Amino acid sequence: MNPSSAPPQINSQKPIKTLRPSTFWRLAEDIPPSLNWGLMVASIAIPLFLWWLVTTLGNVDPKFLPSPAKVIAAFQRLWSTGDLQKDTIASLWRVGVGFLMAALCSIPIGVLMGSFASIRALLEPMFGLMRYMPAPAFIPLLILYLGIGEEPKITLIFIGVFFFNSLMVMDTVKFVPKDLIEATYMLGGKRLQTLLQVIFPYVLPGILDACRINLAAAWQLVIVSELIAATEGLGRRISVAGRFLRTDEIFVGLIVIGVIGLTFDLLFQYVLRISCRWASQKR
Amino acid sequence: MYLQITNLHKNFETKAGPLVVLKDINMLIEQGEFICAVGASGSGKSTLLRQIAGLDSPSSGEVRIDGKLITGPGPDRGMVFQHYTLYPWMNVQQNAEFGLKLQGLAKKERRERASYYLSVVGLTRFAKSLPKELSGGMKQRVAIARALASEPKVLLMDEPFGALDVHTKESMHEFMLDLWQRTHITVFMITHDVEEAVFLSNRIYALGARPGTVRKEIKVQLPDRSHAVKRHAIFHDYRDELMDLLRKHGQEASLAVAA
Repeated sequence: MNPSSAPPQINSQKPIKTLRPSTFWRLAEDIPPSLNWGLMVASIAIPLFLWWLVTTLGNVDPKFLPSPAKVIAAFQRLWSTGDLQKDTIASLWRVGVGFLMAALCSIPIGVLMGSFASIRALLEPMFGLMRYMPAPAFIPLLILYLGIGEEPKITLIFIGVFFFNSLMVMDTVKFVPKDLIEATYMLGGKRLQTLLQVIFPYVLPGILDACRINLAAAWQLVIVSELIAATEGLGRRISVAGRFLRTDEIFVGLIVIGVIGLTFDLLFQYVLRISCRWASQKR
Repeated sequence: MYLQITNLHKNFETKAGPLVVLKDINMLIEQGEFICAVGASGSGKSTLLRQIAGLDSPSSGEVRIDGKLITGPGPDRGMVFQHYTLYPWMNVQQNAEFGLKLQGLAKKERRERASYYLSVVGLTRFAKSLPKELSGGMKQRVAIARALASEPKVLLMDEPFGALDVHTKESMHEFMLDLWQRTHITVFMITHDVEEAVFLSNRIYALGARPGTVRKEIKVQLPDRSHAVKRHAIFHDYRDELMDLLRKHGQEASLAVAA
């Protein structure tokens, strides 16, 4: 008779479950700083410890897995001869030039693609296609066109970074609120002024972030590029060490590459925090 | 006539054919008036404001300010948006100056003028603050100062207090009345808040929905402009009349859509 009297009683026996508090499993929330630092240290220390444990207690062939001590010794050996420094500088220079040129070209093009639907229509299909061509696949062509000097190596990094970075910069421009652009027009802004003085500063944090991510790609490509024909470089060092089964030197090369990459990443994050204070999420 | 809207029509092309958003809008606004256009959603009130701003062009008809035909956006019309449109990387002072910078004013002059309008909106103390450090009401006051710094002929406001809480809204109402009395600026404000419109304006255009048309023009004469007047019978009369107008036309419109 009266369908809207009382809601049906479901599971009336079961107690209501409430969310239990947790420190470790907080969804999308910060954890206490002490726990944060502890976990971050553990993230490096535990693998190091396991490595040491396996090589010390386990009967592992050092040709297969050298102990940390052996790797440190190899590091000192390579450092004292000056080879390691030479290799590092060679690789850094290739990444630096290739990445800088790619960034300098891709940032304006990406901003233009994001700002103007016309430029986007003109370039996006081509860039979208190029992006899916793996840069290392261009190596034969680059050798054919540019020989075996520094040019093909730098061009490889350029190709690997330029298209990705252009498209990622373009995406950041899409997040500029339309209201902000219209407000600029209402204040008397011309299109060029709006582009340079409103859109560009607004997307600068996004651009820096895109560059940070693509620097990692550049760093991977330099190693690949040194497989072409190089006399020095960290990638070269690793492949030569591989040929002579000097596993400890392979480890040195890998660790140096990792540390340099991480340093650049942190540097980018620092620049981002300093130059774009307004964009930081934390209050 | 200062702000003149003549036979304005606006259609949008949709997949289902042309949609009439604004139909036969005529408005005449004198210098120094405080005008509110009140309408429910679908009355095309924001679209109307965009035509005056020049951010969009009418399908037919025209908008003139001080005799000059509007063909695009420009600093002779100050605009305050509903959403915060301050530049987040600039501090309050730089935000207030930015329009003058775009227009090519010398540094000293734009600093002086921006500082003056920041003092008008009572934010001199916050000149060095970033927008993210301000409350919603303060952000809108900076936006108002930024618009006023260009010394526009009319201040266009698109539901500027829609995102604010009730108490902030009330203090912003007082602030607007005070500002208007001191600067004698012409204000054209869009709102769906009937009480806001009655409290602030000299004259109200009640807009009907689908298509947006001027249903009635109401001249508001209140005994005074303090919050006490909101308890006054005259205030209630205005409010009820407007509510009835909007309700009636809202229902008609939804029936028309259903049919």
